[in-house]
Amino acid sequence: MKRNILLLSGALLLSGCSENWGWYVVDPRTPNGLANLKFMMTGAYNTILMSLMAILISVIVGLLIALPGLSSKPYYRAINRTYVEVVRAVPILVLILWVYYGLPQLTGLTLNVFWAGVFALALSDSAFQAEIFRGGIQSISRGQYEAAQSISLNYRDTMRFVILPQAIRRILPALGNQLVYMLKMSSLVSVIGMQELTRKANELVVTEYRPLEIYTILVLEYLLLILILSAGVRWLEQRMNAAY
Amino acid sequence: MKSALISIQKVSKRYDRFLALDDVSLEVNAGEKVVICGPSGSGKSTLIRCINRLETHDSGEIIVDGLRLSNDKHVLEKIRGHCGMVFQQFNLFPHLSVLENLTLGPRRALGLDEKAANEQAMRYLERVKIPDQAHKFPGQLSGGQQQRVAIARSLCMQPRIMLFDEPTSALDPEMIAEVLEVMSELASDGMTMIVVTHEMGFARRVADKMVFMDQGQIVEVGPTEQVFEAPKSERFAAFIQQILNH
Ligand SMILES: Nc1ncnc2c1ncn2[C@@H]1O[C@H](COP(=O)(O)OP(=O)(O)OP(=O)(O)O)[C@@H](O)[C@H]1O
Ligand SMILES: [Mg+2]
Repeated sequence: MKRNILLLSGALLLSGCSENWGWYVVDPRTPNGLANLKFMMTGAYNTILMSLMAILISVIVGLLIALPGLSSKPYYRAINRTYVEVVRAVPILVLILWVYYGLPQLTGLTLNVFWAGVFALALSDSAFQAEIFRGGIQSISRGQYEAAQSISLNYRDTMRFVILPQAIRRILPALGNQLVYMLKMSSLVSVIGMQELTRKANELVVTEYRPLEIYTILVLEYLLLILILSAGVRWLEQRMNAAY
Repeated sequence: MKSALISIQKVSKRYDRFLALDDVSLEVNAGEKVVICGPSGSGKSTLIRCINRLETHDSGEIIVDGLRLSNDKHVLEKIRGHCGMVFQQFNLFPHLSVLENLTLGPRRALGLDEKAANEQAMRYLERVKIPDQAHKFPGQLSGGQQQRVAIARSLCMQPRIMLFDEPTSALDPEMIAEVLEVMSELASDGMTMIVVTHEMGFARRVADKMVFMDQGQIVEVGPTEQVFEAPKSERFAAFIQQILNH
């Protein structure tokens, strides 16, 4: 995989030497290019922060939604199904617009761009998290519940000490995927004015008229972030599974 | 009148249409060792799982230490506290060390502090003869060792009754003996035990009472020697023959 990425970057660089490209806009050797690069990178902070916040919230909400889905009572399961089906049906962009422009009118409560973005991303992702958790928890054998019951653990302790620690190890790869997905979807929050990577790039394009080079840098920024993230998730997986 | 520690009266249990327990009655006194045997699907597991309500019975009643089993949470908690259970598949918690497997229940349900729970766990690990494995994970142990950890885990909850559901059926032959030995020692310490097993040697040595089940019913029950020497039912006689010939 690493080789492919190298090849791709090489090809990009080679073609970058042709006349069509105007690398000067992001050339770190010129003051203007350096300033532009710095300007673009300042978006990374918000992209990362927003994604992490959103994933944190969506994991918690997802878990809370997953639990009734595991109940033997049809009524609880219906709550889970309804939430998942409804939330999953709304496109993320629509959700972002609705939360930012619609929600204040409905509730009188205005969220700033950051929190509106986090909220919309988290809401949308929570439906997927709920499904991931439900699958992970269901994959733990009945014997584990029975053993927990037989040593008098109550439901909360059974979940907390026996079921969830095992389920989380199993769903870690899926959670990692979801985090990557979240990072990419956070670019959509640029439409409501969030100053993250994509928004910064857009603003620069407007002043510099070099979309090709600027968006190429943008692509590389996301690529880099996601490669780092994937490596982090793999490291965590290995660490958590080292014990057994 | 001496009342039984466990009293099962006219208990029935269905899975959909299938009658898994058919009007079963059984009494077990304190300190008594009962071995239950019978062909596959005869309801042995269902019966002992009803005692700590891993399964719920449909009719009849089960009384454990004077408490009538019901959906009442407090009663259930008490009864589960009285009954330790050992499973065929061990069901250890794979993500916890042996020591943590043993201390989780005492710390969370009995309210022991870490030090007391650890000390107790080490005592029981000595008793099942594997104190040196305390910091390993279940996956690093042999089947026989895992089952002994599972026994210790149950004992850490200070039960009055131990339920065993085919504790040696998933083990390689050379490991069966070490688990049966631990169980025999437990028996001679006076623990009340109900054991589902086909280990007839163990049954003859340890059991006070033999129960033979077939098709959801108790077909034969009595003092061990009597049941082996002079079985009343042909089905039991045939079953014993079949096992001994294997
Ligand atoms: N959850 C369930 N749903 C439907 N039927 C079940 C369920 N559990 C058990 N049964 C049925 O009830 C009957 C009794 O099962 P049980 O497990 O008590 O038998 P057993 O005597 O323990 O057999 P084995 O020696 O195979 O463990 C079996 O025919 C089984 O198929
Ligand atoms: Mg069984």
